Amino acid sequence: MHHKSPLVDLDLFGLTLTFNLANVLMITIASVIVFLIAFVSTRTLAIKPTGMQNFIEWVMDFVKGIIKSNMDWKTGGQFHILGITLLMYIFVSNMLGLPFSVVYNDYLWWKSPTADPLVAMTLAVMVVGLTHFYAVRMKGFSEYGKDFFRPMSFMLPLKLIEEFANTLTLGLRLYGNIFAGEVLLTLLSGSLAVGVGGHLAAILPTLAWQGFSLFVGAIQAFIFTMLTMVYISHKVSHDH
Amino acid sequence: MFFPAGNEPVEGSEKIVTTNSFVLGSGAGFNTGDVFFQLIMFIILLALLKKFAWGPLMGIMQQRADFIESEIKEAEKSRTEANQLLEQARNDVKAARAEAQNTIENAKKLAEEQKSDILAATRAESARLKETAKLEIAQERDKAMDALREQVASLSVMIASKVIEKELSAADQEKMINDYIKEAGEGR
Repeated sequence: MHHKSPLVDLDLFGLTLTFNLANVLMITIASVIVFLIAFVSTRTLAIKPTGMQNFIEWVMDFVKGIIKSNMDWKTGGQFHILGITLLMYIFVSNMLGLPFSVVYNDYLWWKSPTADPLVAMTLAVMVVGLTHFYAVRMKGFSEYGKDFFRPMSFMLPLKLIEEFANTLTLGLRLYGNIFAGEVLLTLLSGSLAVGVGGHLAAILPTLAWQGFSLFVGAIQAFIFTMLTMVYISHKVSHDH
Repeated sequence: MFFPAGNEPVEGSEKIVTTNSFVLGSGAGFNTGDVFFQLIMFIILLALLKKFAWGPLMGIMQQRADFIESEIKEAEKSRTEANQLLEQARNDVKAARAEAQNTIENAKKLAEEQKSDILAATRAESARLKETAKLEIAQERDKAMDALREQVASLSVMIASKVIEKELSAADQEKMINDYIKEAGEGR
């Protein structure tokens, strides 16, 4: 149930950074897998798409649909690449922890990177930071500032709370779903599957939960991308 | 190199450990390195994908959109062209039909005219022939009459001379002549 994290300290210009090597490993693996999928799919590009190009174009159109349901394409087009990358990265990350987890010397090495609250929160903060960045860039700083007093000036505290609530829920929703899935899988395969009877008893619930986790992982990737676009459009749009 | 996470379980108390691992953030401390690593990796991934995957893919999709648009335009153009050609052909057929009708009409009219011309000419010719024939007949008759008259005259003269030779004496002859002269004088 409980495994230690392989931590390592790194001193950088007087700043001590603590790395969880398992996270570093899994983030890298997820990134590499996403890159390879996208890279391999786009090697033989043709006007008339074949094979993997169909798949990757479907992903593109899917994200395009998400963006279009939140803002007009003229504004939203520039977030297309961000959306696809987020969707694929989070989906792949969510899937990584499903088939197995690797524990070596009591250190947990293989898991979903998104099952770590810090990783999920990093993505969420990055997204919310981007919404502020684009709001300032596309509407100007004064307009961006005025938005906090709309529609009424007494809404300011609520607006400020909203920003933090958005960030927290965005990150923790992803983390919670994936972490819970992995915990239950660990429980099933670790605690229930003891002895022959236990193994037999664990087969069915494990299968069911893996299937459900597959669904949850896909849904969470979709929700994360969707909410990213919702927040961006909320910040970027002129009409409230 | 590694050191246990900040909230390392108390030795020998499994229960606390299990509970701990469900608590948010219990698995690790605040690993600032992870934050930076995740951010940097994501940005690198974004940049790489943009360069190697999404860029070319969007290019080809744009190309396809352009291609389809141009094809649609082309199709529209050729359709209007075809419509124009069809209209033109229809007009041509109509014109040809009208012309044919006209030609037939003309031919009919011409035939009618020729027929009446020929009829008129024939009629005139026949009238002329009749006239000529009549004239000729009249001439022949006159000639015949003249010849007959001549012959009658000469015959009567011959008969008269024969009769006169036989009966008329010189005295009678003189008397007759005188009678005539007398008659003639009285007639005046």
